[in-house]
This record gives sequence, structure tokens and C-alpha cells, in this order.
Amino acid sequence: MATMTVIEAVRSTLDEEMARDDRIFLLGEDVEAGGVFRATDGLHAKYGERVIDSPLAESSIIGISIGAAHYGLRPVAEIQFADFIHSGFDQLCSEASRWSYRTNGDSFLPMVVRAPWGGGVHGGQHHSQSIEAYYSHMPGIKVVAPAFPADFRSLLKASILDPNPVLFLEHKRIYRLIKQDVDNAPAETQLSRARITRPGADLTIIAYGFMLHESLSAAETLAGEGIDCMVVDLLTLNPLDTETILESAKATGKVLVVHEDTLTGGLGGEISAIIAEHAFEYLDAPIRRIAGPDVPAMPYHHAMEEFFMPNREKIAAAARDLAAY
Amino acid sequence: MTTVTMPQLGESVTEGTILAWLKQPGDPIALDDSLCEIETEKVTAELPSPYEGVMGEILVPQGETVDVGAALCTVVEGAAGAAAPSANGHQSSTARASGWSGGPMSIPPDEDKKAPAPAGAPAVEATAPPEADPREPAQAAARTSTKPDQRQRFYSPAVMRLAQEHSVDLAVIRGTGVGGRVTRKDVDAAISGAGTVAPAPAVESGPQSAARAASPAQSAAAYTVVPLTPTRRTIAENLKRSNLEAPQAWTMVEADVTGLVRLRTREKEAFLRQEGVELTLLPYFTLAVCETLREFPMLNARWEGEELRHYGALDIGIAVASAHGLVVPVIHGAGDLNISGLAKRIVDLAQRAQTRKLRLEDIEGGTFTVNNTGSFGSIASKPIVNYPQVGIVTMERVVKRAVVRDEDAIAVRSMVNVCLSFDHRALDGVEAGGFLAALKRRLEAIA
Amino acid sequence: MAATRTPKTRSKVTIDDYLLSEHQLEEMYYYMLLARRLNERMLAMNRQGRAPFVIAGAGQEAAQVGAAMALRKGEDYVAPYYRDLGVNLVLGMTAREAMLNLLGKRDDPNGHGKQMPAHWGHRERKVVTQSSVVTTQFLHATGIALAAKLRKDPVVVLTSCGEGSTSKGDFHESLNFAAVHKLPVIFFVENNGYAITESTEKSLPVENVADRARGYGIQSAVVDGMDCVAVYQTVRPAVDQARRGGGPFLIEARCYRLWPHSSDDDDTRYRPKKELDEWIKKDPLTLFRGRVESDGIFPKEDLDEIEQRVAEEVRDAAQWAMMQPDPEPEDALTFVYKELD
Repeated sequence: MATMTVIEAVRSTLDEEMARDDRIFLLGEDVEAGGVFRATDGLHAKYGERVIDSPLAESSIIGISIGAAHYGLRPVAEIQFADFIHSGFDQLCSEASRWSYRTNGDSFLPMVVRAPWGGGVHGGQHHSQSIEAYYSHMPGIKVVAPAFPADFRSLLKASILDPNPVLFLEHKRIYRLIKQDVDNAPAETQLSRARITRPGADLTIIAYGFMLHESLSAAETLAGEGIDCMVVDLLTLNPLDTETILESAKATGKVLVVHEDTLTGGLGGEISAIIAEHAFEYLDAPIRRIAGPDVPAMPYHHAMEEFFMPNREKIAAAARDLAAY
Repeated sequence: MTTVTMPQLGESVTEGTILAWLKQPGDPIALDDSLCEIETEKVTAELPSPYEGVMGEILVPQGETVDVGAALCTVVEGAAGAAAPSANGHQSSTARASGWSGGPMSIPPDEDKKAPAPAGAPAVEATAPPEADPREPAQAAARTSTKPDQRQRFYSPAVMRLAQEHSVDLAVIRGTGVGGRVTRKDVDAAISGAGTVAPAPAVESGPQSAARAASPAQSAAAYTVVPLTPTRRTIAENLKRSNLEAPQAWTMVEADVTGLVRLRTREKEAFLRQEGVELTLLPYFTLAVCETLREFPMLNARWEGEELRHYGALDIGIAVASAHGLVVPVIHGAGDLNISGLAKRIVDLAQRAQTRKLRLEDIEGGTFTVNNTGSFGSIASKPIVNYPQVGIVTMERVVKRAVVRDEDAIAVRSMVNVCLSFDHRALDGVEAGGFLAALKRRLEAIA
Repeated sequence: MAATRTPKTRSKVTIDDYLLSEHQLEEMYYYMLLARRLNERMLAMNRQGRAPFVIAGAGQEAAQVGAAMALRKGEDYVAPYYRDLGVNLVLGMTAREAMLNLLGKRDDPNGHGKQMPAHWGHRERKVVTQSSVVTTQFLHATGIALAAKLRKDPVVVLTSCGEGSTSKGDFHESLNFAAVHKLPVIFFVENNGYAITESTEKSLPVENVADRARGYGIQSAVVDGMDCVAVYQTVRPAVDQARRGGGPFLIEARCYRLWPHSSDDDDTRYRPKKELDEWIKKDPLTLFRGRVESDGIFPKEDLDEIEQRVAEEVRDAAQWAMMQPDPEPEDALTFVYKELD
């Protein structure tokens, strides 16, 4: 198996899980033909009616998955682009999130909704969105956004096994960009656990998804300048691993939160608040956030897209300031 | 490109805080456009631009406190207007025209090594020596960039916590953060002994820092370092100066104000109805002080540098303990006011002192100061002369006491102590004693 | 009841014409009556200040009971809507549970005090938990039908809604998906004439809700929803057909909302009195009782006996439920996520 890309990690995990448990089935647009990102390539041939093309109706993809999960199956739904998930917002947030709560656990929904997200792929306004903040605001749903192939594998397995609805976010930019020897890499097997991916003493960078890689790259550059950055991979965005967030913030007293989602109401605000509430006396500098600007969506032209996206240079510059503070 | 500097807003003011920038780099600036809002311990005011042009760089961020004379921002002259006058000519004319009595708002490039110009007594003459301490020029120049000082004084939560947990004296740690700020890592290093517990950094000159450096970091005494507010620092500076420079003597008399108390009791309701303010004893006291000062003009004076100036007008300072610190607003022309006029002015100034609405002219040019220490319940106090004035008088608390009167009868009377501190350079005990005796007579005559 | 029945030779219609057993007919009347009397008691408790909110199904009992009786209890799934007290009673909900639900008591098996009254859900009875957002349950039902089909389980799903809900996207997405995949789901629309204040013509540009099914290639039927027997006789074959793999079916039961929308609504503001009076004459309870009495299926005394039994059951349920424990305030924090042991 050894070295694989993110998309190979997703595909191989779906394959293994479907082979392990015949209650697992896939539902989504174009999944029978392998999906637009080829995440389900070959699975229809192998699993037949357990790989189901859905009509172009996102509410139904999620609502039908709810019913099937309630019945006892393990649906893994695919929303073709995370940008299109919002017509299923009602089903996720008014229904799926409350299934256990309103039945006191009598009923529950072991279902996964996979959604390719994020920018930097010339996808314009509706193929680049970061949607995590909307759904991370909803208790009852778990939101996962790994960065490395090994974590994609272990956390997709964990999401399928979880008895709760999980929104599994796959950053499009890293589908084929990031490769890893998954047999010898660390792999988080539990949801709601963050990982200190890189230890460091001078400041803490907290990120997820594609931005985790940009943050690691910035940390590498800064190491050459004598600035020692700790980098935390959140992995699960809801519920957050507050313990690791606080531990990493306390260790350096200087925190930089990075996401490509827009600034206002983004997860950076929540993470900052957690740190300010519970680690105030450990702070040695104001908490900094790097995020997309507060515009409705990522613009199409590459110049504007580049301007919108945080990247390793912007992260390094902010980290330098913070280190010097 | 011209530099706009921190004006001296009020006499003896040494620093100011930028509350808000009202112009941003690139904004067109017309003459007298408000550039920023400045707060000192005495006033809050907007800084009207001495120049016309385009806003250049902001050199002092909002919220920072800098010394008088420190560069605040730059203005690119003439970019917006056709006939902008030259920097120097314009600067001086603006300084006069806008009526600021403080130092220049800008230091033209060729003059920026000079010490700030004389501080603003109402009638500054070319020959007047600078109010600033003569020892200071070099230091003042060194402080042109005062940001490092500010940063050094700021301790982050992490730094405060570590210092308390390990009983570390932060004052002796050399900061490696922005502007010399002491960082968490600096404290960690000091704790582990790897440290930067250093001789006082070059920027921290002067006796205080030397003294602080002498106290070992391992000191067992636990204490909390209270950051000094601008107001606190200025009060400290002024009082220290008064004590260092003016040899002060103190004397006290007691006065029988039974008649005054009765008069006030009789009048107060009607007074409130007619005048709309409460009638207290203070206006009567102030009126009596004014009348007595006319008799003893050597106490209505200021010791300015090497000159002793006696003033004709009675501009009486009233000490006010506000929530923001001690302020001494001035009743200009107090000698022309009656009880009603004094009462209203006192209420007005006290209220504005509490709400920080005092204008520059409200706090300048006092010639003598009255302090109502009785309001704290005190029956005797030793005030410090409000430098460069030469005298300050207190009205202590009015108390009922058994008093032996002329006819050897014992009577219950309302008694008050009146205390005077004076600059012995300016006058002697005989004048001071005469002043107090005359004041006592006046107070006792009121019925 | 059979023991007390007196055959009436003069009847033209016999029990055989009902295509239902005597026991089923008795059940029909019992459940319809229980639903109505519970709703009446609930409204009284609301007016007494004992229950903050009541939303009822008066006028729709025949449709609800007739449809539910066509299902296999405990095997077939139901994704009902909030007026479906009658459906839930048929599937096993007791009068006491209905009252616990009204009062939001700790032991309400539907919502445990976390849901408003009339938001049903009971896993063992195969009643799917529901929200206040209308028609979302259509997709859940479709998903259950898909799952059952994948597992080759002989399960049928019945989901219901009012006619107002048929304007929502989830209605159309459900019909489309179920038709594409020939799923065993019955879409049961209780057309009661009103969506709160909006009469049918404000949301329905076609004569029947059933007409909407045609666009999806789904078989449909319109039935008199005030006639419990007719409803049963329409739903039952559709259920059987679905179970045999015949695909989805849409049934529109024409009934009438005899009461205001809820305890908070004043229907006199928008509903003509004359219209209401006309429909009161077709009250499903009087209709059923009159018919079985005149057809000689049950003697009056038997029906009176049912009335008395139901009245006693409702009185007991209300008294009992009021004495039951409330949830602890901190229960608000429980079961946000399901934990597996």
C-alpha cells in the first residue's frame, strides 16, 4: 500500500469499509461512474447496488441518508462540491443533528456526508467554499477535516463507525498534492482529537486542511530564521479538542490561527475565545488570526483568488511578527 | 514632509496619549483639520493640523502615550493646496493663531535635535527659561522615540503570572520583545538563571531604575507592580518638583465660623432655589481668601524660574479629587465674583473635572490655590504648594467644639482649622502669618 | 363484542361488504374516538393553563386510523406528521403516553420533554422521530424504503403530511427518488383544506394533490378521508402492492380540519362559518357510528360502552400524566451525541 495520495486514501478506505460491512452504501451524484474527483472509482463495479447515483438534489441525498441510517444501514453520502450542500442544510441541521437529542438516544444516525471543499483550484465562487463554520456551529453533527492521507484513512473509518452524523470534509487542493506513506505515518483514530504535528517553543500555529500544509511550510521557513513554531492539526472541527488547543496555547503563549474560511464567524474566533477564556494567564501576545477576507465568496480570477487565499508567505509574515512581539 | 509633534496641553504636562486618529495616511488635510484626539492628565483635545497637505505616516498608534514633543505623524505639505506656506513660517504662525500656549506642534527637520520649547505659562517671553528640567534636554531628545518605554511597561498575562509564581522582579529583566517588551521567554530565562537579569538597559537611565536594578530578582518580598497612568506620573512629577525646588513652610490657625455656618444654613434653601446649585462653605471661604489676598498680594504670585511675579488678577485654583486623579482647575478672575458666582464656578469646574471635560484654559494660570481638605474629614493637613505658585491654603473640616470665649465662658462653637503652605523663597513667616490672621478675622466676621 | 352482537336481518349491507373483521371495525371506532376525546381533553387542559400548546387532528381521525390499520404493526415504518395522533394510537401509543407527550414529561417516549407536543417518534413501534419543519419526513421515509429495498426486507413505509406541505422541495425530491428507485413507500396526504390560514387554492394550482404524483410517474388515488373504511380499503392494496415491489403510491385523503390550526389560532378570522357547518355534518365519528349502527354491525349499547371506556381511559390518562415526573433541568444537556457502549 505504502505511499498514496489523499484521493487514494479516501477511495481505498471506502473500498475496505464496504468489504468489511455490507450495511455501508454510497449515495451521491455521479458516484457510480467514480465521481468527479474519482473518489469512488471502481466501487460500483465491485459493490453494485450499494453504490447509488442520486438525482441532482442535495436535500434528498442527506434526507435519504438519514432515513437509511435510521433503518440501520451505514450511508456514506457524497456532496459533489461542498458549495452545494446548503440546500441540505435543513436536513443536516434541523433533522440529523437532533436525532439522538430528541429521542434521548433511542434513535441515532450512523451516517457520513463527504464533501470536497476549499479553494485554490480556480473554482470560483461555488467550487471553492469553506463551509465548516456553518456546520461546526451545530451541536449534534461532527465535522472532520484531515490534512494527511493517513488521517484521511483512519478518520474516515472512525466517521463511518461513529453513531452520529459526520460531515467529512476533503480539501480539493490536496486530493493529489499530498502523498504519504500511510503505513508508517501517524494516524489519528479518534474523532475530536487534534494533533501537535510539529513541536515548537516560540509560537503555536493552529490550522486544518490545506492550510495545515501551508502552516507547516511556513514553520519550516521560520525554523531557518531561528523561530520555532508549534503546528497543531485540528483534524476534527466539531466538537473541538479544547484540551489540545489549550495545551498548545499554554506551551508558547503566542497563538496564530489560520483558515481560508472568511474571518468573521470563522472557527478562528471560537478558538481564540476558548484560549482567551481558559488560558488568559498564559498568553504572551494577542491571539492572531489569518483568514480569508470578509467577502461573500472566493473570486474566480487567479490574481484575486491568490489574494483571497492565505498561504505560507502570509502565515510566515504573521508568525514573524508574533514571534518578535 | 513635515512632522507633527505632541503639543503640551496644559502647563507642566509632560506627555499625552493618542485616543484616536481622525485622519489616516493619504487623507487630504486642510489647515486646522483635526488630526487626532489627545488625552493628557488635564485635558482631552483635538489636535488641529498646523499644516495643509496630505496625511503622511502615523508614528504613534492609537492608545500609546508619548512625551511632549515626540513625533506623532507626518504631513506631506502642499500636496492638497496650491499656496502652502513654508514649514517654519507656517508652524510658528499656526502656533500663535490657534492660541495654543504649549510648545510647538512640530519640530522642523533642522531643529529636531533641540529641546522642546518653553512650556506655556500664560505670558511666555522669549527670555523665559524652559519649564522642563534643565537636566533633561539630552534625555528628552533620547526619548523622541518613546515607544520602547511604553512597551517595556506592558506585561502580558503570561509574564505577570510567571513573575508572581516565581517571585521575579520584572523591572530587572531585559526585554527582547518588540520595543524591549519583556516576553514570557525572557521571564523563563530569568527563572532558569540563564538569563537576562541585566544591568539597567541604556534606555532606562536615572536614579529610579538604578535603584530598581539594585534589588535582586530573587527578592522574597511579594508585591504587585502597578502600572502608572499618565495622570499619576504627572502628579508625581509635579509634587516631587514642588518639594525639591520650593522650600516650604507650614502654619495653621483656627477660626470660629459659627456665624458663617448659621448664615449658610439660613441661606442654603433659597440659594438652591434661586441659583440652582448647592450652597457650601467653600465659596464663602474662597471669597474670604480673595479679599485677604488683596491685602497680601505677595501670596498671589508665581515663582517662575529666577523671577518672582506678583499678579494683580486673582486666579484661584481649586483642588479637585476626581476619579482620574488630582486636578486643579482655576477660577479666573475670582476676585470679581460674589458668593453666587463663585459657587457656580466651583460646581461647574468640579463637574467637568470629574467628567474629563476641562478645557486647557480651565487648568492654566492659577496664582493661588484653595484646597477643601475638610471634605475628607481632615482637621489639619499639610498641603504641597502648587508649583510654580507660592501659596496654598486649606479649609479643614468644620467641627463643633467647646470653646473658651473672651468673657471666660465656655460655648459650643463651629470651629475650622485653616492651614497654609508657602514657598519660603517668595515670602516670610510674617507675611504668611499676617495673611492667615487676616483670613481668620474675615471668616469670623461673617454672620 | 361479537358475543353481544345482534344480527339485523333487515340490513342490506353485511359485514362482508366492509372487507374488515368485526374486531377491526371495533378497533377503528375505538381509535378514532380515543383520538378525538384525547384531543378534546388536551384542549381543555390548555384552556385550564395545564398545557401550553395543543395541535390536534380533529376531523382527520378516519384518514389516520384507516391508513395506519393498513400497515403491519411493528414491521412497517411510519414517518407521520404532527396531527397524526390517530396513527400513533393504532401503532400502540397509549392514552397515558399521549398525555405525557402533551405535558412534555420526562417519560414521554416521543420527545422526553425536549420536543413540542405532537412531535412523534418511537423506535420500537417504527415511528420515525419528526421535527416541526414540514415534509422533511418524506425524505426520511424514502431513505428507509431504500434501505429496506437494499436489505430485501418486506417492509413498507408510510409517510404523511398535510396538503400545504406538498409545496416543499423535499416532497418533490422524495417522490422523484422513490419513483426512480421503485421504493416501497406510501405518500399519504391528509388534505384537510387548510395550511394554518391558507386554504388549498393558495398552494395548489391543480385540483388534487394526487395530480402532482403523475409528474413523477407515481400511481395515485383520491379517497374520502372522512370515511375510515374507504381509506383503509384504498391504502391497504397500495401497501400490499408496494410490498410486492410495485413501487411508491400517493394517496390523497380528502378530509377537513374541524378545529383551528392549534390552541393558539383563531380560525374565525379566516374560515367561513358556513363551510365549517357543512363539514361538521360529515364528522368521521358520527359518520362511522351512524353507518355501523344502521347497518346493524354493532348495537347502540356496544358503541355506548366503547364511548364510556374511552372517556374513562382519557380521564385516567390526564390525571395520571399530571402526576408524572418532569425532566430535570440538566436533562437539557443529554444525548447531544449518541455514545456507543
